[in-house]
Amino acid sequence: MPAVEVVGLTVRYGTLAAVDSLSLNAEAGEVLALLGPNGAGKTTTVETLEGYRRPDAGQVRVLGLDPIRDKRRLMPRIGVMLQNGGVYPGIRPLEALRLHASFYDEPDDPETLLERVGLTHLRRSTWRQMSGGEQQRLSLALALIGKPEVAFLDEPTAGVDVAGRHLIRQLVRELCTAGVCVLLTTHDLGEAEKVADQVVIIDQGSVVTSGSPAELMTTSGGEEIRFGAPPALDAAALGKTLMAAVEECTPGEYRIEAPPTPANVAALTAWLADHDLPLADLRAGRQRLEDVFLQLTAITGEVPAVRIADGDPINEQSHPSRTRPRSGAA
Amino acid sequence: MRRLLAQSRVELLLTLRRGESVLLTFAIPVLLLVFFSNVDVLPTGNGRPVDFLFPGVLALAVMSTAMVSLAIATGFERQTGVLKRLGSTPLTRPELLGAKTLAIVIVEALQIVVLVVEGYALGFHFGPASIGVALGGAVLGTIAFAGLGLLMAGSLPALTTLAAANGLYLLLLLIGGMVIPLTKLPTGLRTLARWLPAGALSDVLHGGLRGAGTSGQAWVVLVVWAVATPVAAAATFRWE
Repeated sequence: MPAVEVVGLTVRYGTLAAVDSLSLNAEAGEVLALLGPNGAGKTTTVETLEGYRRPDAGQVRVLGLDPIRDKRRLMPRIGVMLQNGGVYPGIRPLEALRLHASFYDEPDDPETLLERVGLTHLRRSTWRQMSGGEQQRLSLALALIGKPEVAFLDEPTAGVDVAGRHLIRQLVRELCTAGVCVLLTTHDLGEAEKVADQVVIIDQGSVVTSGSPAELMTTSGGEEIRFGAPPALDAAALGKTLMAAVEECTPGEYRIEAPPTPANVAALTAWLADHDLPLADLRAGRQRLEDVFLQLTAITGEVPAVRIADGDPINEQSHPSRTRPRSGAA
Repeated sequence: MRRLLAQSRVELLLTLRRGESVLLTFAIPVLLLVFFSNVDVLPTGNGRPVDFLFPGVLALAVMSTAMVSLAIATGFERQTGVLKRLGSTPLTRPELLGAKTLAIVIVEALQIVVLVVEGYALGFHFGPASIGVALGGAVLGTIAFAGLGLLMAGSLPALTTLAAANGLYLLLLLIGGMVIPLTKLPTGLRTLARWLPAGALSDVLHGGLRGAGTSGQAWVVLVVWAVATPVAAAATFRWE
C-alpha cells in the first residue's frame, strides 16, 4: 500500500478545474516533489490529501485512509506545513511546539526539535517578530512534532535564506531515511532536483510528466547538445556548419539536434572560436531539470512564473521567445 | 482532556498577553466602576451610584470577554490560518470549542473576583443577594454574547469583526442598562433595549444582586439569544 495514493483527482472551484484527473503515488521513505508554476494546482492537491477539500471526482488515500471520512484516525499520523504559517501571532516558538506536542500521544521533544531547526536563540520572540525564514522553520518543526508517518510540506523553502534551505533539505532527507513519506510542493526546480526521489511536474491541474530527477533529466536529452552563448546568434549559419537543426530556445540558450559526439562538440566550439564568441555553458546528454520543465510547460502555451534554481524570477517580458514553436532553423 | 487543557492554557496565555484585551476586559470595567461610583454624574437614581453600577459593570465585563475579546481573537485566528492549521492536528472541533469556553470562564472568574473586591471596597450593598440568579444570568449571557462574537468572527473579515465588535460594545454599553438605567432611555429605545441581550443581562444581574426582582421577560430574552446566536454562528462559521 502506498503511503499516499491519488487516483483521478479532480477539484473544481466553480467551473474551473484547479486539479484535473490527477494521479500519483508516494511510498514510505520517499520524497515526492510536486513541481509546477503558480496556480498549477499543487496546493489544492496537497490540501485535498490533508482533508481540507473534498474531491469532485477521483479518490485520495493517505496511509490507506480517507482524509475526510477517517480524519480522526489519520490526523495523529500526518504532519502538515501550510503555505502561510497558521501560527498564533503572539506565541513563542517553544510554546507553539509544546502546544502541538500535547495534541499527540507520543510527540517528539519540543526542545530537541527547536534545536534541530536552529531556533534556540529565539526563545523570547513571538511569531510576529520572527523573519519569514524563521517562521518557515518553526512551521516545519510544528509539522514534525507528532512524529508523522507522512509529512505534507507546502512550499517549505519559500522565503528561506540559503543556510535555512540547506537545513530544511537536511531535515527532509533525515525524515525519509527514517521511513517517513514526504510530499512537498515547490516551484523551485533546484530544490526539487536536490531533495526529491520522485518529481511530479504538474501544470494546469494535470500531471505533465514524472520520474526521478535523473530520469527526467536524461529523457529525450540523449540526442542533443545544449549550450549557452550570447543571444541572437546566426543559428542558421551554425546549423549549416554542423549539418543539424539549431534552435534558440530562450535568448542565449541554444539546442542542437545532433548527438553529443566529440566531433560535433568540437565543431561547435570551433565555430564559436571563428566568430570570437564566448561559451557560457555546455550540456550534453543530460538536461537540467529546468530545461525539462520549460520544454514541458511551454507546450501548454503558458509562461510559468517559476523560479529557476536559486536564481532570478523569470518574467515574461525578458523571455518573449519561450512560447515560440520549436522548429529547427537549418 | 490533555489536548483541551493545553489548548485552553494557550488561549488564556495569549489573551492575557494581548494589551488591548486586558484593557478591555479588566481596565475599562474597573475604571468605570471606581470613577462613576465617586463622581455622581450618571442618572443612576436616588441611591448611591455604586449600587446601580456594580451589577451593570459585571454585565459589561461578561460582554467584553464573551463577545468582544472572543470575536477579535477568533477573527484574526481565522484570517491568519491558525484555525485551519489546528484543523489538521488531532485536536477536534469540540475540543477547540471546549478550550475556548474554558478560557472565557477563567477570564470571567478573574474579572468577577476583581470586581467583587472592588465593589466591596466601594461599599456596594449586597442585598438579599441571590448568587444563583446572578450566575445563571452570567452563564446565559456568556453563551449569547459568545454566539454573537463567533457569528461575526466566522463570517466577516478580521478587521471588520474588530470594528463591529467594538462598535457593538460601545452601543450596548450605552443602551444595555450597564451604566445608564434603561428607565432613563426614551420609550422606543427602551423597548428595543429590553429585547437585546445586554439589557436583559443587566436586568437579571440587578435583580439578582440587589434583590430588586427580575422580570420574566429578561429571562426569556436571554434564553432566546443564548439559543439563537450559537445556532446562527454554527450555521455560518467559515473556517478559512
